[in-house]
Order: sequence, then structure tokens, then C-alpha cells
Amino acid sequence: MDDFTPFASIIGGTILGIAALILFATVKRIAGVSGIIGGLLLFKKNDTAWRVVFLSGLIFGGLILSKVYPKTLSIELTYSTPALILAGLLVGFGSRIGNGCTSGHGICGLGRLQPHSMVAVISFLTTGIITATIVGTLLRGVI
Amino acid sequence: MLLVLVFISGLLFAAGLGISGMTQPEKVSAFLNIMGDWDPSLVLVLMSASGSYFVGRKIMARRDSLDHTSKKTSREKISIDKSLIGGSALFGIGWGMVGFCPGPALVAVSTASPVAILFTVSMILGMIGYNVLAQYSIGVSPKDETIGKKEIAN
Repeated sequence: MDDFTPFASIIGGTILGIAALILFATVKRIAGVSGIIGGLLLFKKNDTAWRVVFLSGLIFGGLILSKVYPKTLSIELTYSTPALILAGLLVGFGSRIGNGCTSGHGICGLGRLQPHSMVAVISFLTTGIITATIVGTLLRGVI
Repeated sequence: MLLVLVFISGLLFAAGLGISGMTQPEKVSAFLNIMGDWDPSLVLVLMSASGSYFVGRKIMARRDSLDHTSKKTSREKISIDKSLIGGSALFGIGWGMVGFCPGPALVAVSTASPVAILFTVSMILGMIGYNVLAQYSIGVSPKDETIGKKEIAN
């Protein structure tokens, strides 16, 4: 547990909660990133602006992070291209069928004590733990 | 003005992901891989994020109930079914493979990291794939889970 960062995690997590609250207070929407992107891809009238603005904030925030706190965005993954594509497809497709991802079900759903989100979180944590353990330990990170 | 706040929400969301360590896929994988050098940070992120959201929404609900001019709303019910469980399970497999989920991947795209871009483009293709399937094969219109509350008709 050399890399355990309890304080940063709690502070960062609380900021995530506050960010989600601001979104709800302003546009009455759930801060679920997969849903916000997925909804944008439906090209519904009068439902695009807030999505584009939120996602721009997310990307612009990343730009600021990479300047002031570069450690957080120094990604050194060595996975193969097919593995990255497959993982991306599964995350995109799965989060849409399952009605949400780590932010929608994890932060907002659990924060509203929604039974369906608890089921979703248990489901993706189970397969996530099994997959990451196989990839990390059995395959030694080579996929 | 509203959209300025939405933008700030996006900025803060990115900051929260970065500070909590969730933009580092290696850290996420270190939580999910229970046989490796286990890093429980993600549990604390989830607890503090959902906890603060819980408190905030309670305060907002209380304020709304005191304001009699506000419209009555009811939550849209999402059923616990095969799609919810199966879709989340597929999501978990992809998440477990590389340690990326939609928020952090999008934040990482800002650095023009080829890995993040490849993952995010594939993710968007997966979402489009779902929309296409939902429209043409299942015969239902793609759902929008960002609608947390639905106004009662009449």
C-alpha cells in the first residue's frame, strides 16, 4: 500500500461531489460523464449546450491540471492498441446499456441511495476487480 | 450565467478527478487488482464524493420543500434488470483492463496522450454503436440517464 493517498482522495472526492452538486443546482442534471457524452451523440434539440459546456470544462480542467499538477496526468500505459480499443468499446457500450458509469452510478447514484445504482456499482466493481486482477497479476500487465 | 456555472462544474470535476488520483489509470488498476500492491484510495474517493453529494442534495431538497412555489418533481425510476447488470458488467471489464473510465479518459485527452485519445475514440464508437442498436434493433429510443428528475404530467 505504498501509494495510498487518503487525504488527497478525500479532498478530491469531496470536490467531485461539489462539482456534481453545482451541475444539479444549475441544470437539474446528473453528473454522469457517460450519460452526458452519450446524450450528446443523440443530437437532441435544446439539449446540447450544457453538455458541450460541461465536457469543455472537463477537458479545459485537464489542461490546467497538466500545467499545475503534471504528475496527475503523466500516463504511462503500455497496453497494445487492440487492448485499448477493446477496453474503450466495452466502456462506451457497457456504460450506455447499463445506464451509467463510475460517476453517474458511483457518485450521484450512491449519493442518492438509489438501489439500481448500488446494483450497477456492485456489478462493475466485480468484473473490474476480476479483470484487473487477471491482467495485472496473471498476465503481468501485458495485454 | 447558468452555463458559466456548468463550465465551473466541469472544471471542478476535472480537478477532483486529478487531485483524488483517478486520472492515473495505474492508480485505478492498483485498486482493482486485489492480488497486487493494493491501493484502497478509490474507496475513499467514492465515499467522500457520494457522501458530499448526498448531504448537498438533502440540503437542496429541504430548501425546495420550504419553497412552495417550486414544482413538485418525482424521480424517474430505472429498473434493475439484465441491461443494468450486464451493461455494467461489460463496463467493468473495459475499466478493469486499462483503468480508464469516461471522466478521467476525457480529462486525459487534454494532454493529447495517444493512449487516452485511442481509448476515448473507441469509447465514443461504443456509445454510437449502442445508439444505433437501440434505434434499429431493439426498437426503443436511446435513454438519457442524466435526467435525474422528471416532472409529473399535469
